[in-house]
Amino acid sequence: MEIPRIIGAGLVVIGAGIGIGRIGGSAMDAIARQPEATGKIQTAMLIAAALIEGIGFAAIFAA
Amino acid sequence: MVFSKKPLLFIIATLTACLSFSGFAHPVQDSVATAAAHPHEATAHAAAGAGHAEAPVLSEADQKEAERKEFIKHHLLDSHDFHLFSYGKDSGHETHVGFPLPVILWDNGLHVFMSSRFDHGHAVAESNGNYYMIGHHDGKIYKTDAAGTVTHDEKGHTTNEKPLDLSITKNVAMIVIVGLLMFLLFAGLGKSYKKNGSIAKGAGRFFEPLVLYVRDEIAIPNIGEKHYRKYMSFLLTIFFFVWFMNMFGLTPLGINVTGNIAITAALAILAYLITTFTAKKDYWTHIFWMPGVPVPMKIILAPIELLGTIIKPFSLMIRLYANMIAGHVVLMSLVALMYKADHALGSPLAFLLAFVLTILEVLVALLQAYIFTMLAALYFGSAVEEHHHEEAHH
Repeated sequence: MEIPRIIGAGLVVIGAGIGIGRIGGSAMDAIARQPEATGKIQTAMLIAAALIEGIGFAAIFAA
Repeated sequence: MVFSKKPLLFIIATLTACLSFSGFAHPVQDSVATAAAHPHEATAHAAAGAGHAEAPVLSEADQKEAERKEFIKHHLLDSHDFHLFSYGKDSGHETHVGFPLPVILWDNGLHVFMSSRFDHGHAVAESNGNYYMIGHHDGKIYKTDAAGTVTHDEKGHTTNEKPLDLSITKNVAMIVIVGLLMFLLFAGLGKSYKKNGSIAKGAGRFFEPLVLYVRDEIAIPNIGEKHYRKYMSFLLTIFFFVWFMNMFGLTPLGINVTGNIAITAALAILAYLITTFTAKKDYWTHIFWMPGVPVPMKIILAPIELLGTIIKPFSLMIRLYANMIAGHVVLMSLVALMYKADHALGSPLAFLLAFVLTILEVLVALLQAYIFTMLAALYFGSAVEEHHHEEAHH
């Protein structure tokens, strides 16, 4: 009972990690293309990352 | 985040300077054999490291492990006294350094006494004929008899009766202190505009740009020029409260206020109530009868959207709580690793990691305050948004 829950939480955390990584990478790309929009891109990046992070934490707490 | 050259050099210099200290935490010197030979040295040792995490000086490795776990757990929990550090465990009589806080209980009458009567959980406190003790597992106060009898259920939870606890605990004390600090700081900042020809002075010079940042970068873009004013007081309070609490959590006082789910829940509930009670007609239309969608979809969407209004503040609560508690656990574990390492390189490495992580935590403290404020502003913005349907749904 305990182990599948932990594995499931681990999978969700891997997913969340990939997601945040993609957001960070895309934001880097976007900033490189349009350095003048850095502020706006950062804000949007942080919000999206925070939302995904919430899912990751929810999974950890469910486990 | 821009690190200019000077602070970076300063950080590296501090790091190098501190590296030599971490050698003191080496387990060979911490072991009982040396402790017995040089009891004074060992005592000074435990006291020096204690502000962050005391490594218990004991022979059994398992017992050490258990004590580390216990210490980390106690750091994360709320408690009835400020415990700074303790020393002298190996010499038999342990001395705790800290200060007690008032205990206020409602148990068929008011009981008020200082938590020093508990003697750090070792003694049974007597008040007006009733006896109380602190549970070892959760740090909560239980009613007991003169001998301190404790009953457990099969899961190991204490089953003694719990009185209604209204005590000024560590967290409550810190909330009051931070509240006062914020009041003094920002009242002073406000006043200095009147006196000084609209120029902030003193600490206000540091906080003025932050207040402006919350207004110009968080409130106005998310809520809109028209409505942002009435939410500013809440957003500023939340931002500085969460930030100050996070920063105090990193001090050796060892408080973990924003890592307490009751407190983040209170903040999230406030955000929810404000969203709900200031919401305009458009907000409710978009929840119960989404325009521009076929009728069967409208019926399916309504409960989901309604649930969404609750999930939003719920995620605010979980995010702050989990971030702070995870940061503290990792940091404390690394500090504990410093005392546990078997190799000569282990301790300095753990120290380095803990040091870098502490700097990261300072960043996370600000980031979490920003995210909380930002998302609260986003939710308020959705509540007062006025949709022009032809333009909005293009």
